[in-house]
Amino acid sequence: MSDQAPPVIEVEGLVTHYGRRKILDGVDLKMSAGEIRVIMGGSGSGKSTLLWHLLGLYKPTAGTIRLLDQDITQISAQEFQALRKELGVSFQGGALFTSMSVGENVALPLREHTELDENTIRIMSRLKLEVVNLGGFQDLMPSQLSGGMIKRAALARAIVMDPKLLFFDEPSAGLDPVVAAELDDLILQLRDAMRMSMVVVTHELDSAFKIADKITVLDQGKVLLTGTVEEVKSSKLERVQDLLNRRPRDVKVDAEEYLRRLTEEEYV
Amino acid sequence: MNGCEAREQGEYLIVAVSGEVDLSWSSEVRGAILDALGKNNAVLVELEQVSYIDSSGIAALVEGYQTAKSKGAKFGLVSISSAVKAVLELARLDQVFPIYADVQAAG
Repeated sequence: MSDQAPPVIEVEGLVTHYGRRKILDGVDLKMSAGEIRVIMGGSGSGKSTLLWHLLGLYKPTAGTIRLLDQDITQISAQEFQALRKELGVSFQGGALFTSMSVGENVALPLREHTELDENTIRIMSRLKLEVVNLGGFQDLMPSQLSGGMIKRAALARAIVMDPKLLFFDEPSAGLDPVVAAELDDLILQLRDAMRMSMVVVTHELDSAFKIADKITVLDQGKVLLTGTVEEVKSSKLERVQDLLNRRPRDVKVDAEEYLRRLTEEEYV
Repeated sequence: MNGCEAREQGEYLIVAVSGEVDLSWSSEVRGAILDALGKNNAVLVELEQVSYIDSSGIAALVEGYQTAKSKGAKFGLVSISSAVKAVLELARLDQVFPIYADVQAAG
């Protein structure tokens, strides 16, 4: 990893709203090549919204988002389409196409984005099923898979193009501890062997501490802290310690705003 | 620098691959391996100078091995770099390919 290499992700001053509500409030994030960055935060902290913006699914109110040295808020749809080939996404629910077999799901990006011959596509997609321990399952339909298998099949599809940047939404959620630990190991192996940089959104502390090079903690749309595992663990910030110790937050009510949300006919 | 060169050594035709093997030119590696297997019944792929290999490059090696098996030819990987080793181990293919430390070890 060279200090001269541009960051794989550089977010500056990201602000976004859902209606009137400010969801992200001046988020900055810089990530180096080969890094595993975990985004943590409680429910409603803005971590999923940040992920959607990094994927270019939402337009921010303000700020810039650079992925692999391209500002995705400025580039054309065609340029973004080309950039997408370098990105992989593994969604929390899997998002597999239910009418396609596991093998067809995994091979889909190769068929959509490359002109590789069918032999190569078959080997590459089955290879990725082997990597996620689903070797030989290519003819099953998604409805025949368990929750953990769906997650692994989704990961196989996300990495089939060998993306430079992999986004992972709640990889361990709903998995038994052994499968979750295997997935953590796989994330580390993928980074080391395939040189992938990864953004992992999770609220699973054990997983975060095992895989993260750095952790960014979000709270109420702002970055509370970015640091190494040790720095986060030893942080004196109360909200960080609340998260680490699973203490419920004391939500302050803005009475005026609350009343408007309940009563205004056209509140957006 | 990316490259793919064939040379004869003893009974073997050796395909020496170098550089970063990725989607942009892995089809050339595939072509060189299959071409070598078309010309000779003993082929080794030398991977010492490979600093990165993606799945399409690995697929080329797999297809080469499968082709060799189907025609009863000798096939193996020699002098694999640590970058190649890591990817082979990720997919447990280090337990599938014949892998030799050097050409002499291939016998």
